[in-house]
Parts: sequence; structure tokens; C-alpha cells
Amino acid sequence: MSTPVATRPFAVAGVARAARVRRYGLWLAAAVVLLLLPQSVRTGTAIAVMNQMGIAVIFALSFNMLLGQGGMLSFGHAVYFGLGGFIAAHVLNMAGRGAIYLPVPLLPLVGGLGGLAFAALFGSFSTRRAGTVFSMISLGVAELMAASSLIFDKFFGGEEGITTNRSKAPLLLGLEFTRDRQVYYLIAFWLFVATLAMYAFSRTPVGRMANAVRDNPERAEFVGYSQHRVRFVSFCAAGFFAGIAGGLFAVNYEILTAENMGLNASGAVLLMAYIGGIGAFVGPILGAVVFTFLQSMLSDYTGMWLLYLGILFLATVLFVPMGLAGLLMLHAPVWRARRVGRLLGPYVLTGALGFVAAVGIIGLLEMVHFVAAGRTGTRRLFWLVVAPRTLMPWLGFAALVVAGAVGVRWTGPRAVAAFAEASRPGRP
Amino acid sequence: MFQLIFFSILNGLVYGMLLFMLSSGLTLIFGMMGVLNFAHASFYMLGAYVAFTVGLHLGFWPALVIAPVVVGLLGALVERQGLRRVHRFGHIAELIFTFGVAILVEEIVQLVWGRPAKSYQVPAALDFPLFRVMSSSFPAYKAFMLVVAVAIFAFIFVILTRTRAGLIIQASLTHPQMVAMLGHNVPRVFMIVFGIGSALAALAGVIAGPVLGTFPGMAQVLGSIVFVVVVIGGLGSLSGAFVASLLIGIVQTFAVAMDVSVGGALAAMGVHVNTAGALHDLWRVTIAQVAPILPYVLLVLTLILRPTGLFGTRET
Repeated sequence: MSTPVATRPFAVAGVARAARVRRYGLWLAAAVVLLLLPQSVRTGTAIAVMNQMGIAVIFALSFNMLLGQGGMLSFGHAVYFGLGGFIAAHVLNMAGRGAIYLPVPLLPLVGGLGGLAFAALFGSFSTRRAGTVFSMISLGVAELMAASSLIFDKFFGGEEGITTNRSKAPLLLGLEFTRDRQVYYLIAFWLFVATLAMYAFSRTPVGRMANAVRDNPERAEFVGYSQHRVRFVSFCAAGFFAGIAGGLFAVNYEILTAENMGLNASGAVLLMAYIGGIGAFVGPILGAVVFTFLQSMLSDYTGMWLLYLGILFLATVLFVPMGLAGLLMLHAPVWRARRVGRLLGPYVLTGALGFVAAVGIIGLLEMVHFVAAGRTGTRRLFWLVVAPRTLMPWLGFAALVVAGAVGVRWTGPRAVAAFAEASRPGRP
Repeated sequence: MFQLIFFSILNGLVYGMLLFMLSSGLTLIFGMMGVLNFAHASFYMLGAYVAFTVGLHLGFWPALVIAPVVVGLLGALVERQGLRRVHRFGHIAELIFTFGVAILVEEIVQLVWGRPAKSYQVPAALDFPLFRVMSSSFPAYKAFMLVVAVAIFAFIFVILTRTRAGLIIQASLTHPQMVAMLGHNVPRVFMIVFGIGSALAALAGVIAGPVLGTFPGMAQVLGSIVFVVVVIGGLGSLSGAFVASLLIGIVQTFAVAMDVSVGGALAAMGVHVNTAGALHDLWRVTIAQVAPILPYVLLVLTLILRPTGLFGTRET
């Protein structure tokens, strides 16, 4: 009887240490990656894209505090991003004139407080109800702000927007922000802090209650929580972090226009969060990185990048509603059971066939674009030169689509079956 | 002054009836499926573009019939292949799906027809002033719009209240399970209503395209206003949608015609404000400038104070 008592403390200590390593190790690794990332790239464009990604990640995570954790679908989250950004830009201009003392590194906090103030204002009435009413009010507020931006010229700067200059503000500890690389470290710092804070928020009682209110508001009320107040707190926190992202945007781009808080910006963050997966904390991070990467990459090659992202978004909604992160998490049991090897074959086959279909669809769309633009002659598509005004390329790409689609219809169910077989618990 | 009021009322009626053609389909779809269809205005835009293309080859009158049929079939397809699939994931997923469809339609329109606005013209047969009052004239095309809209209103009204199909639709609104028990194919009723709603939106696009412009942003411009109408009228209520359409139409047309600023109005009442202060933008704002905001203020107020809308019987 004495042996278990003697060994348990060691076992418990071992488990606890493993848990601690898992918990803090991940964050440490993330911090190291953030620090080393700029060293691994040479071009300035890559730094600019990474800056954009960092801002997008904070924004998407703050959006998911509403949608994923609180069950509130907002069509106007960019309002808090934009207002925080505008306030930060004005404060930066004031600091540049010497009217107040405020160094650049603290500016995102100003944006965050601005976002928080407006979130408290609009949230006071919009969080009274969830569901469609909340979505409609958020849409109404977004349209309201879009229309107001045409009226309040002084604050929103009309068509040209508000420009600012980050190099004129006073320095903190001699830190200069003249180059993109220096701004990267500022964004990386705030990205780390904000992500940590948002993760911590989701673990607090308020964060847990947000989940409870999302799933069963009536029961949460019976336990003694006001669903309005729980939603309000989540909404304010989301507005605060969106404002931080807006403040970083002001520092990075030194310009803000009314477009930054328009419906399209609000739609983009919904796309990011949903493609990444709203059910997991890392989902919006993945989504924001993928979205920004695709956006910057595709916009080099085609003018229709939003069309491709829209197709990706609709495909996610229809076929993978759990998003990228959800899809990965689904495979955690298989990974732990060390059966990933068995999935490799069916997955690679399905993926290859899906790729064939995607190439065909992209080819067809690009040719439609070419013909609709009224151009003649040839253009490069992937690895070959095609003449869209002739019949052959259309037949070729259509054949790719058909072959890929038929193939996926055949291999898809087999891949799903292989997954179900591999994730079945117990011995193989 | 009489002239201004007379023409504002007429234009408001035309605009309001146009809104009704869009909102009637939207409110029926919401009432049945509980989903606010973000893509509704996209079907309106598709209607205008398809009619423009058909009109180039066949003329305006065939386009008036062909475009709504094509878009209606497309709408039914979207319901059958997309919306029904996401239905099991809940209302939020449906809302997100229709949002995605709206993005996609806008991009496809830009892909096929290009970014610049199309010169979709009023047909020559209707391009004359119908009558004159003092110095202003009223175009015949606007009268035609009014006639079409009233005909549609009568059509929907008769179908819903006087026919067997209308009875089934009305019953499916409130008691879908019971209707299914009685042996009706409720999902098919949904699909048909979705298709007809899309066709009505497309018809509105066909007749509004020449007046309000045919450009890739036209869905976004009108889409949010139609939401406002449906919410103010009460979700699922046809009569509410009718009243709210006319209300918004007339309020907006009147507001646009008024060139009075807030500061000016206060000054007329004997209150003088410092127009150079920090809020100086606020005092200079004219009613015409506020016009685009008004519907959204009404929307937010309605949702806060009376979530059932004017004539709605249930909350959103």
C-alpha cells in the first residue's frame, strides 16, 4: 500500500512539469519565432507582408472573441479598428506637434482605448440581444459610421483620409521607427502581448461565461449571470483589441481612410476568422496569416484575388465549417495514436486530384477575365502560353476540372473512411 | 413649394415601391427560413446586368421577362445546393453563407462585365415626359416603374391570400412541421419561395438599372437599405414591408430635397451656436447630407425599442 503513495508525488510532478512545458514552451517558441522571423527574409516586401499579417492576426483574434467565443456575428467590427486607428493617428499628429508627450510604442494603447470607448458606447445597446438582432445592429452601426465619415470631415479627413508621421513623435529609450523592420518589432511586441492577453481573457471566468451565454443564455441567467452584461464585457474587450490593431495600422501605414472601417474591412475579418476556424483559439491566427499571404501573393498575379478568396470562403462554409484549425484538431487523436502514415496515401491522392480541379477552375476563370476585358492574343497561365480566343485551352482546362472533380468524388469518401478508421480508438 | 412636395411624394412613391419589390421577397424568405439573405440585393444586381446583356441583343421587353426567370432559377439553385446544406449548422452559418454568396456575386459581376458602370438606358418607347407641373416634368419611365411595382404587389397579395399555394406558403411560415405532416414538401416550398423572391429582386433590378445605375456596387448601395426596410416593417410581415418601404422611400426623397443645416435651423429658432468650434462640422450639416444616415438611425432605434418592427409578430 505504501508504494503508490511514495511514487505518486513524482508522477504528479512529472505530469505537472510536462503540462507546464507544454503551456509555457509554446508561448516561448512563438516569441522566439517572432524575434527571428525578420532575419530569415531578405526582401522589404516580406517585412511589409509580415507587418500586415501581425495587424491582421490581432484584428481577427479580437473578432473571434465575439463570434467564436461569444456567439455574436458582427458585420461592423472594423468600426472599432478604424475608430481606434483614427484616434491614434490624431494623437500621433498631436505628439508630432509637441502638444502632448507620447512616444510611438505606446500609441497602440491609445488606439485600444479609443476602440474600447466606442465599443462601450455602441455595445451598451447592441449587446442586449444576441443572434440576428445583434448582427443587424452591428450592420446598422457600420453603415452609420460609413455615412458619418462623409459628414465629419475634420475627424475622418474626407476622401484623402488622415495622414500622419511616426518619425516626428518623441522617442522612448531612443527607439526609432523609420524603417519597416523597426516597425516590425513594435508590431511583434504588441502581437505577442495582445495574443497572450486575449488567450488569458478566454480562460478567465468572464471568458468562460461568454461561452456559456453563447451556448445556453437561459441557463446562464438561471445561474445568476446577466447575459447582457457578459456579452457587453466581451464586446468591450473585442473593441479594445481591435483598437490596438487599428493603432498599429496607423503607425505602420501612416494613413487612415474611411475605407478602413467600412463594410468591406468588416467582411474581410469575417473571412479570415472563418477560414481559419472560429472554434479554436489559433483558428483566426491561421486564417489571418493565410488570408494576408494569399491576398498579397494573388494580387501580384491577378486582379481577381477577392474572387478566389470568396470561393475559398464559400467552400469553407459549405464543406469545412470548422475551418483550418478545426480540421487540424480533428486529426489530433490520429496523431497521438501514430496512425498518420495510413492517411498519407488517400490524402495525397485526393489532394492531388483537388489540385488538378483547382488548376482547371483557375484557368477557366482567368480566360473569362481575359476575354471579358476585351483583350486578344496570348497570355501565360501557369506553365504554358494559351490563346483564350481559341477553343483548345477551354477544352483543356474544362477537362482538368471534370477529371479532378470526378476523381475527388471517387477518392474523397475513401479518404474520409480512412480517417474514420484511423481515428477509431483502441488497438489497430 | 407645392411643386417640391408634389414631386418629392411621387419620387418617394417610386423609390418606395422599388424597395418593396426587394423587401417583399426578403421578408418572405426570412419568415419561412429564419435566415436574413445577404445575397438578396446581389440577385437585384444580377437582374440588372443580365437584362442589360439580353437587352443588347433582344431589346428591353424580352429582357424584362428573361432576366427574372434566369436569376430566379439561379436563386433556387443557390437554395438547393448551398443554403440547404448549411442549414444544419444553424442560423449564423446561413447568414455567413449568404454573405459569402454576396461577395462572390459582386466579384463575378466584375469579372464578366468589368468594373466601370454600364450604360443601361431607359427604353426609347418610355423615354418621354409623361406630364408637366409648372416647370418640372415627370418621366414616363418612372410611371412605368410605379405600375410594375403595384402590379407585383397585387400579384403577391392575390397569390398569398386567394390561392391554395399561398395558403401552403403562409402555413409554412408559422407551422412548417405541421405542413410537412400534412404531406407537403416543405423544403421544396422553401426553394420555390427563394427562387420567386430572387426573381422579384431581379425584376426590380431590371427596371431600376437604367435609373439608379448599373455598376458593381449597386447591390451594396441598396442592400443595406432593404435590410432596414425589412427590420422596420417587422421581419416576416409583408404589410410591414410595404409600409416601411413607402416610409423610407418618402423620408429619404424629402430629406435629399432639403438644404437646411442644423445650425441654420437652430438660428431660425433664435438659438445661435458657435459655428467655429470643435463641433462645427455638426452645425454645418444639411438635412440632405444626413439623408443617407436616417435609415440606419431608424434601424438601430427600431431594434432597440421595438424589435418586432412595426407590424411584426415575433422577435428577430
